Amino acid sequence: MTTQSTHSLFKPLPGAQGAAATQVAIWFNDRPLSVPGGCSVAAALLAAGVSRFRATPVSGAARAPFCMMGACFDCLVEIDGMPSRQACMVEVTAGMRIRSQEGARDLPPCGAADINDAPLETAHDR
Amino acid sequence: MTADFASEAVDVVVIGAGPAGMSAATRAARAGLSTVLIDEQDAAGGQIYRAISRADARRKEILGPDYAAGAAIAEAFAASGARHLTHATVWQVTRERGVNYLKDGKIGSFDAQRVILASGALERPFPIPGWTLPGVLTAGAAQILLKSAGEVPAAPPVLAGCGPLLYLLGWQYVRAGVPIRALVDTTRHEDRWRAKRHMLAALRAWPFLSKGLQLIRTLRDAKVPIFEAADDLRVESRIGTDHVERAAALHFTTQGTAHRLEADVILLHQGVVPNTQFTQALRAAHRWDDAQLCFTPKVDAWGELDVPGIFVAGDGAGIGGAQAAALQGTLAGLAAAAQLGALTAEARDAEAVAQRRALAGVMRIRPFLDSLYRPRDINRIPRDETIVCRCEEVTAGELRKFVELGCVGPNQAKSFGRCGMGPCQGRMCGLTVTEVIADARRVSPAEVGYYRIRPPIKPLTLGELAGE
Repeated sequence: MTTQSTHSLFKPLPGAQGAAATQVAIWFNDRPLSVPGGCSVAAALLAAGVSRFRATPVSGAARAPFCMMGACFDCLVEIDGMPSRQACMVEVTAGMRIRSQEGARDLPPCGAADINDAPLETAHDR
Repeated sequence: MTADFASEAVDVVVIGAGPAGMSAATRAARAGLSTVLIDEQDAAGGQIYRAISRADARRKEILGPDYAAGAAIAEAFAASGARHLTHATVWQVTRERGVNYLKDGKIGSFDAQRVILASGALERPFPIPGWTLPGVLTAGAAQILLKSAGEVPAAPPVLAGCGPLLYLLGWQYVRAGVPIRALVDTTRHEDRWRAKRHMLAALRAWPFLSKGLQLIRTLRDAKVPIFEAADDLRVESRIGTDHVERAAALHFTTQGTAHRLEADVILLHQGVVPNTQFTQALRAAHRWDDAQLCFTPKVDAWGELDVPGIFVAGDGAGIGGAQAAALQGTLAGLAAAAQLGALTAEARDAEAVAQRRALAGVMRIRPFLDSLYRPRDINRIPRDETIVCRCEEVTAGELRKFVELGCVGPNQAKSFGRCGMGPCQGRMCGLTVTEVIADARRVSPAEVGYYRIRPPIKPLTLGELAGE
């Protein structure tokens, strides 16, 4: 492994529809980020240079979108306080607060922190 | 906790808005049946015709005429009178034809007279060392980024594997002016010879075959480096300036010569397999298809399962491609309409004749394609160090240890080491796990079987389930 400069994995096609014309402002891990609009959160983050969407609960390995069709669950992020959202299945909108999902999902914020609110697929993690 | 909500009664529920689902819903609605098409996306098209109604002329030109052909199917569907429930995820279909879904954080339910499952295909798992690294995606994922977001790799990607979709993606990138680092083809020379047995039948499907040859010619004309009969694929990683470990290069050999191609984006593909989550969860009968190396649900000539009133149309019943899917969708729609009395059996049969003839035509190429692009054993049954279950990070070696300890099938593998118990519910590892266990036990995949899939087949919270 070596350390080299890093750039976006994907970019809008030059001259294609929507390219850079409709940028929206979002937050990613508390940093303001300008991303292409009119596409999924996953496509928007990839074009904005995000290459780590989550860390696995088992080893903490970095993951990013793999299938882009809602099957692999490798693009799970927290969107507006809601953990375990599939970034490839949610359309990006201005003002979204997105966080990378670090390991097992956190309990929901505020008073709703009832263990029964855990999604079924991560029930074993607690 | 009780889920207390009213079910809506409808004649036909179709799940999935690809060519099969759109055609099925169109035919059922045209027969006068109340028809609902449920799909996860915001617009009809499925993956093959993703964003078809929103694509401008430039994007259609890049994606080619086969993609643009989806517009006619989408227009017919839009004019059919069928209801389209977008952004809705079906998490359960019962044997009694109850359809439970989640939309905008709220659950809903249909009581259907007939259900047509058109949930299509998934890309076959391609477990090689490093396939979990950021920057490694499937070719299908890259195509979705192109179709739905107009995005392409920022630096020249490596395309690796085999199958029509891989070459199609390369062809589309060339048309879009995107440089390609290389095409690394895993098809062996023996496969080419073996496939020639089916050549005569394939020649009768000449338009399809010539299209495939043209794709590869375009890549050669564009001077894309092509490596043939590639073996020992492995992704090397590096730490980026953002401190993220990510893909850096693809390693492979051709006839004993080692190669290393640097690329930030590595796109893998070795064919597609039926998405059987619904049919498996329904406990419908399945069989192992040794030509397509996957489980397929057993269906009759109209696509009906051994679960009465529930049909499968399109790739979910065995891979046939988009044209076959549209025809199978119409056949399922006809059968559902006749069963519900909206069409006489004579009218159904008369209309089916042309559909079946066309279907036989487009299916002629399949034995040739299945044989030529049969994924290599090593790319399906990987060596010990390779991660098989991406969610729980279980390697092939660990799986083989489970077998030594007495694990006989995928369901036991769950209790031995959580294999297949992550959020993807086995979609990314199911077939690999079946084949690794079958290989280790020296029995057939049919004997090993598949994961027992249970609802909810897409995760939902208990809060959502409780309607809170």
